[in-house]
Amino acid sequence: MDASVRSAKSANDSAGHALELRNLSKEYRAGIQVLKNISLKFAGRGIAAIIGPSGTGKSTLIRCINRLTDPTSGEILFMGTDLAQLKGRRLREARRKIGMVFQEYNLVERLSVIENVLCGRLGYLPAWRAWLRRFPAKDIERAFSLLDSVGLGDFANERADRLSGGQRQRVGIARALMQDPNLVLADEPTSSLDPKTSVEIMELIARQAAAQGIPVIVNIHNVELAKRYADRVIGMSKGEVVFDGPPKALEHSHLLQIYGGEGWLE
Amino acid sequence: MAGVSDVPAPSPARRAFPPNWPLRIGLVALALYVFYASSILNITWARFVEGFGHGGRFLSRMFPPNFAADKLALLYSGMFESLQIAILATVFGILFSVPLGLAAARNLSFAPLAWFTRGLIALLRSFHPVILAILFVKAVGFGALAGVLALIVASMGFLSKLIAEAAEEISMKQMEAIRATGAPFLSVLVIAVAPQIMPRFIGFSAYQLDSNLRNSALVGLVGGGGIGATLFTAFQRFDYDFVLTIVLAIIFTVTVGEILSGWMRRLFQ
Repeated sequence: MDASVRSAKSANDSAGHALELRNLSKEYRAGIQVLKNISLKFAGRGIAAIIGPSGTGKSTLIRCINRLTDPTSGEILFMGTDLAQLKGRRLREARRKIGMVFQEYNLVERLSVIENVLCGRLGYLPAWRAWLRRFPAKDIERAFSLLDSVGLGDFANERADRLSGGQRQRVGIARALMQDPNLVLADEPTSSLDPKTSVEIMELIARQAAAQGIPVIVNIHNVELAKRYADRVIGMSKGEVVFDGPPKALEHSHLLQIYGGEGWLE
Repeated sequence: MAGVSDVPAPSPARRAFPPNWPLRIGLVALALYVFYASSILNITWARFVEGFGHGGRFLSRMFPPNFAADKLALLYSGMFESLQIAILATVFGILFSVPLGLAAARNLSFAPLAWFTRGLIALLRSFHPVILAILFVKAVGFGALAGVLALIVASMGFLSKLIAEAAEEISMKQMEAIRATGAPFLSVLVIAVAPQIMPRFIGFSAYQLDSNLRNSALVGLVGGGGIGATLFTAFQRFDYDFVLTIVLAIIFTVTVGEILSGWMRRLFQ
C-alpha cells in the first residue's frame, strides 16, 4: 500500500488543486438548468461536503466530475486535462484515478467481496484477464490489506449480497481506494444506512482519506455529519452554490438559505 | 336481469358485470367458423370412428417391441448421432447467441444495432426447427450436418432472445460502478453483466439442451440424421415393432435429459 500512497500524495501536491470546475452547467431538458455555472476549486486533500435539499443538483454535480453524467457546458480540470472533452479510452484512463462511493453501494452482488475490491483495478487490466480473474499478485495482496483496513478481512470470500449495508459500504470504500485514486467522489454514502453506521462510514472515509492523502468530495444530507467530518462545506440550492466555507462559518441563516423555510430547523 | 324481478332494476351505470358484447359476438363467430371449417375439411364422426379402428390395428402391430440385436445396433447408432447433434447444436448455439443477445439488449448496445439484431432474432425465430432442417438438407445434403445446422439456428433464436431479455433486466447501478473505475467495456460485460445474467443463462441453456434432444429426433424425420432418420426408415419398411422400440428409447432419453437439465438448473440457481 505504501508506495502507491506516496505516489497519490505527490501527484496532488504538485498539481496544487486536485480538481477545478469552471462554469459547469447541466440541462437534462433544454432550457432547464440543473447546474448553473458552477465554478469550484478543490484542494489536494481534505473532505469537502456538499449539502443541500434533494433535487438541487448535488448528485448531478458529482456525477459530472467523472462523466457518469455529461455536463452541458463547462470545464472539469483534473490532472492537467479537461475531463469534459475526453471520450473513449482517454476518458476511461482519467476515470481510473477517480474513485467513487455510491449511496446504494453498487457492488456486484453475485461476486465475492475480494472480487468486488479488485474491481478497482479493472481499468488497468485487459478484459480477458478480468474474465479469468488473473489479477497481478501485487493487486491481490493490496486488496486483502485494504479489506483488513476497512475491518472486513474475514469476509474476503463471502458473496457481496450476504453482507449488511454498512459492510457493503466498507467494501465500496475499499473498491474506490483500490483504484489508488487522486480523488474520491462519494454520492450520499450514508443515506441508506442507520445513524450509527453512518457515523462509522464517515469516520472510515475521513480516516482513510487522511492516511492516504486523498481529497474527497462527498454529497451528504446530514448537516451534522457534514460539519463533523468536513474541512469545507459547500451549500447548494437550486443548482447554485450559495455557501462555501469552513464548517464553523456555517450558520443558521445559511441553512435557511440552503434549505429554505424555517419549520424544519426547530 | 329477468331473474331478479323482486329487486328494483339497478341503473345501468351501477351494474357490476356489464355484458361484454364484443366478447359474446366473437365467441359466437368462432363457434360458427369451427362448424364451417370442419364441414369443409370433411371432418365427420364416422371418419373419426373408422380412424380408431386403424389406430387399434397399428398399435397391435407394434407389440411386442423388437429388441433384435441388429435392430438394437441401428438404434444405438441413431441415438448416438442424435445426442451428438443435440450437444453440438447447443454448444454452438450458446456461443453464437451470447454476442447476438448482448447486441440486442437495448441497455448495453446502441439503438440501431439493437434494432437490427432484434430483427435478425425475430427472423431466426420465425422458422420451426423442422422447416430449418428441410432448408439445410436442401443446402448441405442429407445427414447429421443439416440437423446440427438447423438446431444451431433454432437455438440461436431462442437463446439470444432470452439473453437479451435477461441483460435488459440487470441492475445498471452495478454496471455503472464498474464503468466508474475506468474499466473497458468488455470488462464491464465480464464483471458486472455476466454474473447478473448467469443463473438465468444456465437455466435456459439447460432447457435448450433438453429441447434440442427432443428436436434432434424431429429433424431426422426430414433428413437431418440421427434417430429420426432411423424412425423414418422403420416406418417406411412397416417395421412397426421396431418403431415402438425407437419411440421407447426416445422417451427414455428425453426423460433423462429433462431430469439432468432440471438438476443443472437447481445446482446453479
